[in-house]
Amino acid sequence: MSGGLEKTGHHYFSLIEAVGRMGLFLLQCLFRAATPPVKLYPVVQQIHFIGARSSWVVVTAGLFTGMVVALQFYDTLVRFGSVDLLGSAVALSLIRELGPVITALMVTGRAGSAICAEIGIMRISEQIDALECMGIDPYRFFLTPKLLAGLVAVPVLTILFDLAGLVGGWFVGVVLFGVGEGTYVQGLRGGIEWNDVAMGLVKSIVFGGLIVWFCAAKGYFLHYERAGAFGPEGVSRVTTNAVVLSSVSVLFADYLIGSLML
Amino acid sequence: MNAHRHSSDTVVEVEHLVTHYGERKILDGINLRIRQGEIMAIMGGSGAGKSTLLRHILGLSPPTRGAIRLLGREMTGLRSKELYAIRRKIGVAFQGGALLTSMTVGENVALPLREHTRLDRSTIRIMTRLKLEMVNLSRAENLMPAQLSGGMLKRAALARAIIMDPAVLFFDEPSSGLDPISAVELDEMILRLKQAMNMTIVVVTHELQSVLTIADRITILGGGRIIMTGTVDEVRNSRDEYIRLLLDRKPRTDTESGESYLRRLTDGP
Ligand SMILES: Nc1ncnc2c1ncn2[C@@H]1O[C@H](COP(=O)(O)OP(=O)(O)O)[C@@H](O)[C@H]1O
Ligand SMILES: [Mg+2]
Repeated sequence: MSGGLEKTGHHYFSLIEAVGRMGLFLLQCLFRAATPPVKLYPVVQQIHFIGARSSWVVVTAGLFTGMVVALQFYDTLVRFGSVDLLGSAVALSLIRELGPVITALMVTGRAGSAICAEIGIMRISEQIDALECMGIDPYRFFLTPKLLAGLVAVPVLTILFDLAGLVGGWFVGVVLFGVGEGTYVQGLRGGIEWNDVAMGLVKSIVFGGLIVWFCAAKGYFLHYERAGAFGPEGVSRVTTNAVVLSSVSVLFADYLIGSLML
Repeated sequence: MNAHRHSSDTVVEVEHLVTHYGERKILDGINLRIRQGEIMAIMGGSGAGKSTLLRHILGLSPPTRGAIRLLGREMTGLRSKELYAIRRKIGVAFQGGALLTSMTVGENVALPLREHTRLDRSTIRIMTRLKLEMVNLSRAENLMPAQLSGGMLKRAALARAIIMDPAVLFFDEPSSGLDPISAVELDEMILRLKQAMNMTIVVVTHELQSVLTIADRITILGGGRIIMTGTVDEVRNSRDEYIRLLLDRKPRTDTESGESYLRRLTDGP
C-alpha cells in the first residue's frame, strides 16, 4: 500500500523534473538564438532536412484535404443555394484550421520522428558527449538551428499545403461539380481577411516550434528516461513518445490559439 | 586564481569521489593524481567503473560527492563557458569513437579547428590530413563513419582528439576489440604522442599487454575503489590477490558454498 503511494510520489517527482528539463531546454535554445554567434548555414541545412522529408507528403495531403472539404461544403451549400460561397468556405477552413494542423501532424510524423531518433542515437553513441568534450556547445551547434528551422519550415510547408488544398478544392468544385471558375476564385478572394491569414501563420509558427522542441528534447534527454531505456529500444520508445507528445500538444495549442484569436 | 594547494605538475586531481547511477553506488571514495607528461593507465575489469571515472574527470556527469580538478580548475560548479574553455585544452577519444555520423571522417577531425580557430580552409585541410596521416587513415578522409571498421573508428577518434594539440589526452579502451597488429600500432602511436608533444595521456583499458608497454603508472580499480596506484614495476610485484588475478589472467576462484550459490540464483536482486 505505502509502496504504491511511494511509487506514485516518485512518478510525480520525476514528471516535474522532466517538465523542468524540457522548459530549460527551450530557454537554452532561445537564449542561443538571441545571442551571437548565430550561424545561418546550419539553419538552412535543417530547413532543407525538414522540407525534403515533408514537402511531398504535405502537398499530397493538402490536395486530398482540399478535395474532401470542397466535396463536403458543396453538398451542404447546394441545399441552401449558396454555392458561390464554396471558394471562401474552402479557403477559410484550410487557412485557419486544417492547413496548420494537418501540416504539423505530417511534419511530426516525417521530420519530428527523424529528429528525435537522430538525436537519441547521438546521445547513446556518445556523440553529444564528444561535442561537449571538444568544447562545442550542443545547443549552439545543432539544437538551436533545428528549432529555428522548425519555426521557418513549418509555416512554409503550411502555405504549400494551403495552395495544394485550394487547387484540390478548385478541382472538385469547378471541374467535377461545375461551379463557375469566376465564382470560386471570387469567393476565395473576397472571403479571406488578413486576420484569417495571421491566425494560420501564428498557428504554424507555434506548431513548428512545438514539434522541434518536443522531438529534439526527448531525444536529447534520452539518458534521463527510466533505467534500462538506454540503447536502441530506448531510441524507439522515446521517438514514439515524442510523436505522441508533439501531436497532442499541436492539437491543444490549436484550440488555445483559436480561442484567443477568434 | 586557484590557491588551493595545486602543484603545477598535477594535471588531474580527484579527491574522495563518490558517484551513483540512480541508487547504485559505482565509485566509492576515489583519490587520484595524474602528473604532467606521464601516461597513466586506469585498469580494471569490465564494469569496474573506468568509463564512469573518466566521465567525471571530464565534467560530463556531476559527482555525488568529492572534488575534481582538471588543469588546476575545480570542475564542479563551473559555468558552462568556463567548462568549455577548459575542454578546448583536452582531447578525448571515446570507447566507440563517437564520430558525428552526419559528417565525413575528415570533417569530423577538422571540426574542433573549424569551431575554435580562425584558420582558413586550406590550412585546416592540411592539418587534418597531417593528423589522419599520423593514424594511418589518410585514405579514409572522405568516408562516412558508418563505412569504417572498429579499429579505424578508434584511430579516427584519436586523430580528432589530438587535432588541437591538447595538453591532456584521454583515451577510453584504445585497443579493445582490435586485432593484435592494430593494437600494437595504436600503442606505438600513443607513445609517439607522448614523446613528440609531451602530452599527458590517460588511457583507460583492460588490456594488460598494452598497459605494460605504454604506461608510466597504473591505477587499478575494483569494487568501486582504487586498489592500487603505482609504477608498472610496483604493480607487477604487487602481492594483492585481485591484482595477481588481473596480471596472471586467471579467473576468479571465489569459494562459495552450494547453498549460497543456489540462494543467489533463486532470490531477486
Ligand atoms: N548510463 C548508465 N546508467 C546506469 N548504469 C550505468 C550506466 N553506465 C554504466 N553503468 C553501470 O556502471 C558500472 C560501471 O560502468 P563503466 O564505467 O562503463 O565500466 P567500465 O568502463 O569499467 O567497463 C557498470 O556496472 C554499468 O552497468
Ligand atoms: Mg568502459
